[in-house]
Amino acid sequence: MLSFIARRLGLLIPTFFGVTLLTFALIRLIPGDPVEVMMGERRVDPEMHAEAMHRLGLDKPLPAQYLDYISQLAQGDLGRSLRTREGVWDEFLTLFPATLELSLAALLFAGTLGLIAGVIAALKRGSLFDHGVMGISLAGYSMPIFWWGLLLIMFFSVYLGWTPVSGRIDLLYDITPVTGFMLIDTLLSDEEGAFVDALQHLILPAIVLGTIPLAVIARMTRSAMLEVLREDYVRTARAKGLSPARVVFVHGLRNALIPVLTVFGLQVGALLAGAVLTETIFSWPGIGKWLIEAIGARDYPVVQNGILLIACLVILVNFVVDILYGLVNPRIRHQK
Amino acid sequence: MRRDLLSLVLCLPLYATAQQTLVVCSEASPEGFDIVQYTAATTADASSETLFERLVQFAPGSTRIIPALAERWEISADGLQYTFHLRRGVQFHQTPWFKPSRALNADDVLWSFQRQQDKQHAWHELAPRGFPYFEAMGFSSLIERIDKLDEYSVRFTLKHPEAPFLADLAMGFTSIYSAEYAAQLLAAGTPDQLNSQPVGTGPFVFERYSKDAQVRFRAHPDYWAGRPALDKLLLAITPDPNVRVQQLKAGACQVALYPRPIDVPALRQSSGVQVQELDSLLVAYVALNTRHPPLDDVRVRQAINLAFDRQAYLRAQYGEGNASLAVAPYPATLLGYNDQLQPWPHDPERARRLLAEAGHADGFKLAIWTRPGGGPTNPNPGIGAQMLQADLAAIGIQAEIRVFEWGELIKRAKNGEHDLVFMGWAGDNGDPDNFLTPNLSCAAAESGENQAGWCNPAFDALIVEARRISAPAPRAELYRQALAIFHEQVPWIALAHPKQFTALSADVAGFVQSPLGSNNFAHVRRVK
Repeated sequence: MLSFIARRLGLLIPTFFGVTLLTFALIRLIPGDPVEVMMGERRVDPEMHAEAMHRLGLDKPLPAQYLDYISQLAQGDLGRSLRTREGVWDEFLTLFPATLELSLAALLFAGTLGLIAGVIAALKRGSLFDHGVMGISLAGYSMPIFWWGLLLIMFFSVYLGWTPVSGRIDLLYDITPVTGFMLIDTLLSDEEGAFVDALQHLILPAIVLGTIPLAVIARMTRSAMLEVLREDYVRTARAKGLSPARVVFVHGLRNALIPVLTVFGLQVGALLAGAVLTETIFSWPGIGKWLIEAIGARDYPVVQNGILLIACLVILVNFVVDILYGLVNPRIRHQK
Repeated sequence: MRRDLLSLVLCLPLYATAQQTLVVCSEASPEGFDIVQYTAATTADASSETLFERLVQFAPGSTRIIPALAERWEISADGLQYTFHLRRGVQFHQTPWFKPSRALNADDVLWSFQRQQDKQHAWHELAPRGFPYFEAMGFSSLIERIDKLDEYSVRFTLKHPEAPFLADLAMGFTSIYSAEYAAQLLAAGTPDQLNSQPVGTGPFVFERYSKDAQVRFRAHPDYWAGRPALDKLLLAITPDPNVRVQQLKAGACQVALYPRPIDVPALRQSSGVQVQELDSLLVAYVALNTRHPPLDDVRVRQAINLAFDRQAYLRAQYGEGNASLAVAPYPATLLGYNDQLQPWPHDPERARRLLAEAGHADGFKLAIWTRPGGGPTNPNPGIGAQMLQADLAAIGIQAEIRVFEWGELIKRAKNGEHDLVFMGWAGDNGDPDNFLTPNLSCAAAESGENQAGWCNPAFDALIVEARRISAPAPRAELYRQALAIFHEQVPWIALAHPKQFTALSADVAGFVQSPLGSNNFAHVRRVK
């Protein structure tokens, strides 16, 4: 087990450098420089422009800029936003709880519903329900998030008036940010009804963000379940006369969960990618929206280090999933 | 006891609605609150329009200059000295981070200008982004010096007469800060707070900014012009225009800024929603690079103007009635507009004849430059470029469309690499010079900001002279002559002056759109 962990850890270092190089190069490949974008439709005279580029350290050759960047990172310095002059780490910390809250809600939604639908579909293989789940999940998987989000807003928020349109909470509630998690902060505040309001705000974005993972998890659970149900030990369990519920949940689902676990890990990346769009539609002040704006403004430090932080997070989650996977399935950790 | 509790519970919401709160769905996060460092209109809405004030101001909904922090002023006969007399008893905001000990005085005015002007000033280097507007408006080379005459009077001495100067002083970058607050921050070693915990004299007091989510303000109780009707003003940052409109309909905000023009007809039909429209100070145009032959030939430029069906362009781009056809570089509401000028008609036949006359009967090739995305001036540049391409093909000019990202486009256009480029300009002080000098002067041709690369000595002499005169009538006459030259020489295809829209709930009163593109809520109230 230890060598397994060491092998996985060893992979992290080159991955990390790969990401730094990639984000550094990608944002610079997009034409347009930050100073021009900063000035908007007002144009800058060349002298001021050169001065600003120098002040931002952007007049150096690219390899030198990259070395600067890496040595900064080595000192644990994530730099400052070119636009707001706030530290990238501080901005990340302020905004990340919003994304985490949304992603957890989406994952909770996708996980529970996906598992239930997948298990039932597998048990009733070939039934109308099964076809329904398969069909809907295919549709869900190919749903354009932007369109889906606006559609839900139009129906549930504007037409029916059941859910709020956007934001994290009705602005009439004055909630002091403490943890950054709105659900917790509303409980800490003494504003009556704020928690329910925050919960209502969370529903639509969580559904929109959870749609694709939901489809993936439902399909994955179904096929894993089908496979497991064919296994000898399930037949043995059935033959022994164990209750169907015990057969399905203890012998079946527990083993079927192993491949689904990996999918969960991979979905974290997908979730963060989806968060970029979802946050934009719902004006959700998280890192997705932050990055989109930073890319638009060519805010190099924010883009580089923001993406780096997210990449680290995805790598970390996948690492943990790998370890868990190795724990529940001993066959894996002995393979090369 | 139970009855008491019940009535208490019942009273609370009543009390809450008696408080006047306005939620505005705005389009982007402010970059910061130290307005002199920034140029975006969103930032101005959240700072210079709300928290700060200047010596003079634009009258609501217009570009007329009226007193603000200065009660009155005198301009010397030679146009070189401006003496301002400050209003007495103007109070700065009381906040948890600053308790002002005195009212506004001349020191605050000096601090606010010298910080930007004087490279030796203790605060000059503390603005990490510099002072882009101060520089862009040429203030560092315009102002000779600023003197404090007494506690309540300040005199600006200019190096040369500058007619737009008073209008410039109404712009956000000349906002007056509290010198006392600055001294407190410097002493505490926390100068960054000037940007994050602003203090001004404006109608609203800053409470809190939650990044990318909301900005909270409350009424300034000691505001010199009277306490605002709104107790609270909240900006809800909502980047998607569609969502802003939905938020308005759902009642979550009472003002939706910048709805898309194509959504406006449907909005007008919605109950409980009012839509305001205004001719803005925007101009959309195509610059013809007069340094690239054959665009140096006026006949070719005229032919291109005759070839383009701008009425069709206007309909496709902005929707029926959402923009007016541009004839001159600035809209008819400004000084010196020449209403003798008739728009170039759509006449491909005459265009072909002109081309033949210029020796291009077989046409020629050129490139149309544009950008992806779009903004208020050119909502859909891609379609615009295709329409121009098709119309040019009809007179034998083969045009290739090249799309560049915005930053790249302005950089290359500045180098003069383009033939035709779709551009826009937003005037920000209501002075004609603000359109002409930056875009069409010889100096701007030199620096590349004049994308037509057009330097016409007669035109240039007129606008330089007009800049030096303060009296409106002779100034206007000079502009009328300059516009006639522009019209005949056509360095641009002047396209459109897009209208500007704001959607509001029916219960919002007192909001007036500004032609300068900023939003001020000082006089807004909610009526039931």
